[in-house]
Amino acid sequence: MHWDVVFRNFDYFLIGAYPQGPLGGLAMTVILAVGGIFGAFWLGLGCGLMRISARRRLRWPAMAYIEIIRGTPLLMVVFWFYFLAPVLLGHTLPEAESALVALIVFTSAYIAEIVRAGVEALPKGQMEAARGTGLSHFQAMTHVVLPQALFNMVPSFVNQFVSLTKDTSLAFIIGVNELTKAATQINNRTLNAPTEIFITIALLYFVICYCLTELSRRLEKRINRYQARNR
Amino acid sequence: MAYTFDFGQVVSGEYGQWLVSGLVTTLHISAVSIVLSLALGTVVAVMRLSKVRPLVWASALFTEFFRNTPLLVQIFFWYFGSYSVLPTVVNEWLYRRDFEFACGVIALTVYTAAFIAEEIRSGIFSIPKNQLEASRACGLSFLQAMAYVILPQAFRVIIPPLISQFLNLLKNSSLVMTIGVMDLTYMARQIEAHTFHGLEAFTVSTLMYLAISLIVSFAVNVYNRRVLHVRSR
Repeated sequence: MHWDVVFRNFDYFLIGAYPQGPLGGLAMTVILAVGGIFGAFWLGLGCGLMRISARRRLRWPAMAYIEIIRGTPLLMVVFWFYFLAPVLLGHTLPEAESALVALIVFTSAYIAEIVRAGVEALPKGQMEAARGTGLSHFQAMTHVVLPQALFNMVPSFVNQFVSLTKDTSLAFIIGVNELTKAATQINNRTLNAPTEIFITIALLYFVICYCLTELSRRLEKRINRYQARNR
Repeated sequence: MAYTFDFGQVVSGEYGQWLVSGLVTTLHISAVSIVLSLALGTVVAVMRLSKVRPLVWASALFTEFFRNTPLLVQIFFWYFGSYSVLPTVVNEWLYRRDFEFACGVIALTVYTAAFIAEEIRSGIFSIPKNQLEASRACGLSFLQAMAYVILPQAFRVIIPPLISQFLNLLKNSSLVMTIGVMDLTYMARQIEAHTFHGLEAFTVSTLMYLAISLIVSFAVNVYNRRVLHVRSR
């Protein structure tokens, strides 16, 4: 075994060539994941609310968007944005931006389904009572339904964040400098320790994702105690 | 930049055949992995529920590890690093066959089995406990009770989530292009490189994935309504 290869390049796995060169490695993975979940939350929230709207002209586009994205492999979405950007914008988008947009668009379809499930899982009485006190539909949504629903959805969001963290590895395919790319670079350079290198980065991903999964399990237990239910 | 769509070039002739052969490879690798991951996932789930401590730990470790690492890294691990982990006999057997395809199958199988094991486990939990107790009291062993009483009932409930895992597998199979398996995504990428008409190739291959997904989810909805009497909203 050649674990020394891993030890010698461990800082490259963590932050890439930074500060001498561009930021990469695990730091880039985290940036993509955090940026992705932040963008996907807002897009997914909007899309999920459109999906449960009573108006068809809002509901149908959201439905089409969700079904199309959920039926397509992420790699396809990544390629789509990578090759579509020059056609639409007239110039190429840097790989990291293009990957981030693809991750946001892909994840928000799944977030939208979480939002829909969360809002629909709340007892109907919450909305009816809020409307009954004189709030408009929009006010009832933002002040009564969403605060509760979003709180209940937190574990699902964390799970989605875990998926997203794993999905950032696909950005490597279009050439973003993140953890998987760092591993393949080191592997191509050294050639004698692929097993050790890929076990190491698998463990790096595992540590992040497992901690988040555990967090989501704990949150779920805690949240279950405070949920408003149909009685 | 002006871009003119030219679907004729992509769907007919040589490039059209590429896409079709890519689709066939995608379906092939998915089908093989589905069968294997179902078998492996069932074994892991039953191990988790057995009373033998080392088996429980091994299965918990298996599901947690493979669920929480990216599939792409696992694919690279099997492709580049499997020679020092697998026994020599297995490696030689793999090298004599289509090595890329075999690595893709192993990675997809193991990754999906970790998810399937959790689905099956929750399916088994949904069966009342006295079913197992009653069958043990009839003189069946733990494995017999699982195989003849519990699993047949559990599978009826978990068919919909299982199939959605299989659809995920089908979509995930696009990642095997990175190690050179010539699947649908690989072919689309290849056509892009040859013709610079990538968007058409991506449109056609996206539609192929989408068609399979939509048809299968429609079938699952029908199953839910007719067999499980669950109304989808």
